[in-house]
Amino acid sequence: MKSDQVEPLLKLRGIGKRFPGVVALSGVDLTVRAGEIHALLGENGAGKSTLIKVLTGVYAASEGEMSFEGRPARPGSPKEAEQLGISTVYQEVNLLPALSVAENLLLGRQPGRGGFIHWGATKRHAREALARLGLDIDVEVELGTLSVALQQMVAIARALDLNARLLILDEPTASLDEHEVAELFKVMRNLREQGLGIVFVTHFLDQVYAVTDRITVLRNGTLVGEYLTAELPRLALVSKMIGREVNDIAGRSGELPAPDDAAPVIIEARGVTRRDALHPLDLTLRRGEVTGLAGLLGSGRTETARLLFGIDRADGGEIRVRGDAVRLDSAKDAVRLGLAFCSEDRKSEGILPNLSIRENLILALQGKQGLWKTVSRAEQETLCAHYIAALRIKTPDAETPIKNLSGGNQQKVLLARWLATKPELIILDEPTRGIDIGARAEIEALIGRLRADGLAVLLISSEIEEIVRNSTRVVVLRERRRTADFQGHAIEPEALMRAMAGAAPTTGGHA
Amino acid sequence: MSERKKPISPILWPLLGLVALVVLNLVLNHGFLNISVLDGRLYGLPVDILNQGARGLVLALGMTLVIATGGVDLSVGSVMAVAGAVAAVLLAKGSGLALALGAGLALAVLAGGANGLLVARLGIQPIVATLILMVVGRGAAQLITNGEVVVVKSAAFEFLGNGHVLGLPFAPLLACVLFLAAHFFLRRTAAGLFIEAVGDNEQAARFAGLAAARVKGLVYVFCGLCAGLAGLMAAANIRAADSYRMGENMELDAIFAVVVGGTALTGGRFLLLGAFVGALLLQTLTTTMYNLGVPPAVAPVPKAILILVVCLLQSEHARRWFGGLFKKGGRA
Repeated sequence: MKSDQVEPLLKLRGIGKRFPGVVALSGVDLTVRAGEIHALLGENGAGKSTLIKVLTGVYAASEGEMSFEGRPARPGSPKEAEQLGISTVYQEVNLLPALSVAENLLLGRQPGRGGFIHWGATKRHAREALARLGLDIDVEVELGTLSVALQQMVAIARALDLNARLLILDEPTASLDEHEVAELFKVMRNLREQGLGIVFVTHFLDQVYAVTDRITVLRNGTLVGEYLTAELPRLALVSKMIGREVNDIAGRSGELPAPDDAAPVIIEARGVTRRDALHPLDLTLRRGEVTGLAGLLGSGRTETARLLFGIDRADGGEIRVRGDAVRLDSAKDAVRLGLAFCSEDRKSEGILPNLSIRENLILALQGKQGLWKTVSRAEQETLCAHYIAALRIKTPDAETPIKNLSGGNQQKVLLARWLATKPELIILDEPTRGIDIGARAEIEALIGRLRADGLAVLLISSEIEEIVRNSTRVVVLRERRRTADFQGHAIEPEALMRAMAGAAPTTGGHA
Repeated sequence: MSERKKPISPILWPLLGLVALVVLNLVLNHGFLNISVLDGRLYGLPVDILNQGARGLVLALGMTLVIATGGVDLSVGSVMAVAGAVAAVLLAKGSGLALALGAGLALAVLAGGANGLLVARLGIQPIVATLILMVVGRGAAQLITNGEVVVVKSAAFEFLGNGHVLGLPFAPLLACVLFLAAHFFLRRTAAGLFIEAVGDNEQAARFAGLAAARVKGLVYVFCGLCAGLAGLMAAANIRAADSYRMGENMELDAIFAVVVGGTALTGGRFLLLGAFVGALLLQTLTTTMYNLGVPPAVAPVPKAILILVVCLLQSEHARRWFGGLFKKGGRA
């Protein structure tokens, strides 16, 4: 394998990054050659962001070596990285929206003399920099008035103007439409011709196969491997990202009941859609069933949950709850209708950190009952005692602030918060993320009990095993569309992965 | 105010400050705590403090709830001026007491509603949103009174500022009743929980099905109402509405009282009793300086020092740091 005669543009070897109590990266290699587009892939928590921060000097690596253009490099700040020739363009462009395009392009290095800026030269220079990307933008307008796609182009133009040889594009396509993505790809290919190295981070596998030459996959902060894009089938890529070879995944336990098409429908979505979030989606959730919602990051899973729970408003389509068309303008409306939603983001959308377990636990119930119909102190304490015992929440007492609990115990309190409202549907978005194995098993057991008690459960998870083990039906989303569904014994890891990857024809089914 | 076990209640520190001030006053003036009964009414320095402090107490009550949601209301001083001005002008023109009081309070509620709308519905930062009314309100009050001091000759109105009930001064009595009523409302209904939830993590509160925007809006309405009442009390106290000076800098005193009382500006847990003690502490200090003959222009300095000391005491960080200093000193 002596194909790389030339020294690669960027070489990372054995990069590790530790934070107090957490190993974010360990032993990661990354090689980017000049004139290649290199995909950096991995699910949540894989370490992509940390690696990019090491690359761009935001973090200092705890261990490992980095060389750029054959010389050892260790940028101490994003500015130093830029000076080396490493520039980053983020999804949310980190330029200054209130300044003009020209000012953004030449920020901090505007031509001038004695503290006075030479505006004529600034604008001329800016126009030239944009022309190199084939862009004709008025350089005097405020950056913030441009579309995200154009702002990214400005950011790329700035990077090139800074003489970048390595361009890192961190999820640049997340908020672009198809046409804009095509334009971006054109620019990326163009830059590849000019000999730039490009690191491309994305969740969209179609885009990986459309534009990249090589792929590096990370998982849980470690390197899975580097592959030639043309030689890595989609299914193999997905299994590398989620860390499971198809054969490794335990099958379903025999205990799950067959789906019952006669079971009463709790919630039914017809053509529910929201711009930039979800293509029109049909979904039917029934009593006594666990519907798994599978898909890769960015496939529209959480977006679906938010629409069903009234957090975001749908642009179109209809939602029926127990047969009646409803209007969901807020979570409050959804709670009144007997829905519950345990968010994947415990910290910012779940806990009230400084309030007690008791207050956190009764919050949704009290909200449902309103201001005047209070849950009496005695009832509160009964509820707490019940759920602390039933869910085995480890805490000295119910008055402890919830922030003092471990992630798993916080999650159990949040589950209890929703169960206390006696919901008919509970949406669990990544209910086991970031919690230890013991608590994980308990939560999965709880899902089974809820199903047996007649709740409808919508289970969103990145872990195929979790979906396979717990679901009576599975709906697969890919690129914000429902692409496949499975039920009963058709719920197999391999079939699910194929559907998630968009690899091959999917097994039919109907839900 | 709650049964939670805490290592040290944050109310301890303003309470200590209050005790220290009273002791200082006793040293300077042995008769400081003397209270006499004249014509069946209480007189004395402590009574004066309560009387003059009543407005600050009422303001601090409203401010506590606003701050508990993570906001702040800078407009309360100006709203005081508006409410006082309207009531005074109406009374001077011969309107009935009920109309005058009602109009003053109604305008104050409207002002609070405007703040609430800006903050809760339009998402404007509280400091900016309420700054608007702070400036506009002062101007409006001047317009209402034509820039003059409007003198009020209504015994019934004056009662609000200087009256007595069963020998006790009415204004502080009213403030106490309001605090008690607010306490029972907040802790016996779910209002207190909703406010603390929104203040602690607004997004999570919304996800749990609370009408977070409504909660936020309503605390500003309540705060406006408190400010209006304080304005009426202020006008009644001096039997006149001085739209230029009335309520001047009172918003700062109210914020200080709340913070000194242990409610964090970041929102979440609130302590009504703490704000009560904090407001009393500030008034005691003001009266003390007045009695010591400190010129009003210099008065903010000791006030600032006191606030700094109490805030440092409340900070566990600072306490540990000071503790470390003393330990080192002991060894040397």
